Amino acid sequence: MKASKVAQYGLITALALVLSYLESLLPPLGVPGVKLGLPNLAIVFALYRLNWKDACIISLMRVVLVTLLFGNGAALAYSVAGAALSLSLMGLLKRTGKFSSVGVSVAGGVAHNAGQILVAMALLETSRLAWYLPVLWISGTVAGVLIGVVSGVLVERVPDKK
Amino acid sequence: MEWLKTHRNDAILIAALMLLGGALAVFLYATRQDGGYVSVQMDGQTVMELPLSEDTQVLLGEDGHTNTLVIRNGTAQVVEADCPDQICVRQGAVQYEGESIVCLPHKLVVSVEGGQGSGIDANTG
Repeated sequence: MKASKVAQYGLITALALVLSYLESLLPPLGVPGVKLGLPNLAIVFALYRLNWKDACIISLMRVVLVTLLFGNGAALAYSVAGAALSLSLMGLLKRTGKFSSVGVSVAGGVAHNAGQILVAMALLETSRLAWYLPVLWISGTVAGVLIGVVSGVLVERVPDKK
Repeated sequence: MEWLKTHRNDAILIAALMLLGGALAVFLYATRQDGGYVSVQMDGQTVMELPLSEDTQVLLGEDGHTNTLVIRNGTAQVVEADCPDQICVRQGAVQYEGESIVCLPHKLVVSVEGGQGSGIDANTG
């Protein structure tokens, strides 16, 4: 692995970690699971500036590090499921070439929330969580638009030094 | 709007997702019904069922893993918990069939069930 790549991984992962921490400081938005998804800024940026595989590695590193630093083991399954579904869908949409970072990030936001709920339903063996789905669905869309717009600007403005 | 022209597919995707989410919400809201009793599950096992028509307070779990569930006026609410995130406490009261309070750290689900016990006096409180 080239040194420049190691540095890029480190930088973006660190940024994602800081954004995760920053988000944990924000006041809760009423319904559990409703959040901005700030770390996704770094992931969408990585998806566009680097590539899908790199974004997956950075996302996985973020999830594991956040769990070690602030989280608990139980939350790991939800985080991994959300991140995996989100990245799969974002990768697919980006590959079609029909969407900008906004559309890609919106799909990622919704998929992230849906993935977490599905795993929670499976782990807790209950279908009762379906109630959260429409709320998190819409909040994921709104958050995805915001993250998509900002990361689009970032990809455009941050100089790319190879 | 300039943005709409250059991001037509994005706009369609966003609109479609919003409509779908809204439709799901409207469907769940329109079909909601007052619950008859709450079912308490810990670790996937149903440990107790309590009628919503009887006011009561129970302490669920053991040392270091407790949630205090209060039933009052046909609603159920976790008023106190020693979990790190306090999401179950902040969620407030539930009363409609299918609603639930979840405490992920303690693997606790309190869900409102319909039917049984939801006779005439279930809703008078």
